[in-house]
Amino acid sequence: MAKFNKILLIGFGNPACGDDGLGPALAEMIEARNLPGVTVDCDYQLTVEDSNQAAQNDVVIFADASVNCREPFSFEPVIAKESESFSSHSVEPCEVMALAEKLFNSKAKAYILCIRGYDFEQFKENMTEKAKSNLVKAVAFIENLLKTKNFNIVSCD
Amino acid sequence: MSTKRVIIEPVTRVEGHGKVSILLDENNKVTQARFHIVEFRGFERFIQGRPYWEVPVLVQRLCGICPVSHHLAAAKAMDKIVGVDILPPTAEKMRRLMHYGQMFQSHALHFFHLSSPDLLFGFDADPMIRNVIGVAKKYPDLAVQGVMMRKYGQEIIKATAGKKIHGTGAIPGGINKNLSIEERDVFLKDIDQMYKWARGALKIAKDYTVANLEKLKPFGSFDSNHLSLIRKDGAMDLYHGNLRAITADGKKIFDQVDYSKYLDYIMEEVKSWSYMKWPFIKSLGPEKGWYRVGPLARVNTCDFIDTPEAEAARKEFMAVTNGKPNNITMAFHWARMIELLHSIEKINELLNDKDLQGTDLVAKGQRRDEGVGLIEAPRGTLFHHYKINENDQIVMANLIVSTTHNNEPMNMAVRKVAADHISGAPKITEGLLNHIEVAIRAYDPCLSCATHAMGKMPLKVTLYDYQGNAIETKTKD
Repeated sequence: MAKFNKILLIGFGNPACGDDGLGPALAEMIEARNLPGVTVDCDYQLTVEDSNQAAQNDVVIFADASVNCREPFSFEPVIAKESESFSSHSVEPCEVMALAEKLFNSKAKAYILCIRGYDFEQFKENMTEKAKSNLVKAVAFIENLLKTKNFNIVSCD
Repeated sequence: MSTKRVIIEPVTRVEGHGKVSILLDENNKVTQARFHIVEFRGFERFIQGRPYWEVPVLVQRLCGICPVSHHLAAAKAMDKIVGVDILPPTAEKMRRLMHYGQMFQSHALHFFHLSSPDLLFGFDADPMIRNVIGVAKKYPDLAVQGVMMRKYGQEIIKATAGKKIHGTGAIPGGINKNLSIEERDVFLKDIDQMYKWARGALKIAKDYTVANLEKLKPFGSFDSNHLSLIRKDGAMDLYHGNLRAITADGKKIFDQVDYSKYLDYIMEEVKSWSYMKWPFIKSLGPEKGWYRVGPLARVNTCDFIDTPEAEAARKEFMAVTNGKPNNITMAFHWARMIELLHSIEKINELLNDKDLQGTDLVAKGQRRDEGVGLIEAPRGTLFHHYKINENDQIVMANLIVSTTHNNEPMNMAVRKVAADHISGAPKITEGLLNHIEVAIRAYDPCLSCATHAMGKMPLKVTLYDYQGNAIETKTKD
């Protein structure tokens, strides 16, 4: 079984856009747990330099709000993928990993945790109750995964 | 005569999203071209009622790309509210370090990852290779440099603002931390490398512009006024100064204007078809008073740059137009790289300043009801203006962001490029459409959108006839 000693969790989104803050909220909650071998980062959106940090880890987990994933959350592998519409505004996890591979010879495994959100209104600080409920379940799932580090079995629910 | 409308939505590789509409007649001649920007004015209402000391943190939520610029502009306005006109040296220098870190990472990101694909592969190259992954494949060293320069700037922001998201470094009247020796030494360790890469980036931009000068001169170009902050001695100052506006040929429209009096000099017009406001210089009126801000304007308006390598580069830049302001839109890239080099020179200067380890961090003064804060953000001059009531709550906020100042110039660029490159062409190709995007990208616009939830960013191209009927739509996910 592969060893996953260094894990990076990146929660991203805008907390001032309602449920778009799910990613940063999850990151904050996981960071508070001080799990060994786990580095937690948080930003409004993914940017190109995340590829460098990603390459320094064995596993990268991206956490984001989603407008259409299944409830309460989904957890899927990320396959590095080149995109013709690569944009610093909408850098997606697959593109971060493509850069990590291409520029920094990354061998990291990557996953995306999508937490279902419902209201993404601009300048709304509070998340919906349903989103908060989904967040609690997502945190429980990811905390267990980060403790067991059993990334060879990928669960999606 | 029938007409049809092409809409490009959103513009790729521009921060945020916007759309371009081009109205064609039956002969594919451009009759109208507009750049529509989705700007959210709701923020000014959102912060009403909030205590003033929360504002420097809250405003960072305006934008995921330039939160530091909003943080610092708001903090400068709040300095005025708390009655502080002069910060302790440690506070001002920490803020400056934060700002130059932001400038360095933003300019590096724009050049290497947004614009360089167009410059390195050509405007008409296959979009499958004309992107940052294409750069990573063909020019991997450049792509790595872009990533590492961006990272360096981001780490400076983290060290000065406290964290990358919702930084709290700048507070009304000062700063909440200094820079430790350990933090300083981490940045000094890599400074030579950053210098080297910044010089290399400047060389690419300069060589490209000089080699293609005749082609670039007319590309989306036009004469315009220019506006920026300027230091009292006429030097470029990206953090603080007074306002200077010049005409296309360099005559001063106004100079050394205290920016707290900006409303006496600048007005904003509203147009029915756009959410954005259209600022103009009052004395010239809306027709002639629009202006450009950002790197091109700053290099044009200043008398000199106070760091040696950037000043040498400025002189070379100005020599191309015989010392007159440069009005070539694509010269933005060269000017931006001069500022990139200037930023690392300023970072080096600041890191070697012992004031950064000082402990006098906050000044106090007599409370006021109103404050204006301006800063030269990476994309141009950023205005923050607030009024508070007796309970310390915000009752009025007015923000003019860089992209708003550049609204008319970007529309001008779109009209110029559309007329020059699309008129008469029987087919709207990716290459032709990208000419529009290349002209807009030169301004590095930030379209005030930090929402990015998965599955929300399609590229939609719609063709309309003169009656508004959609006759063709193309979507790129």
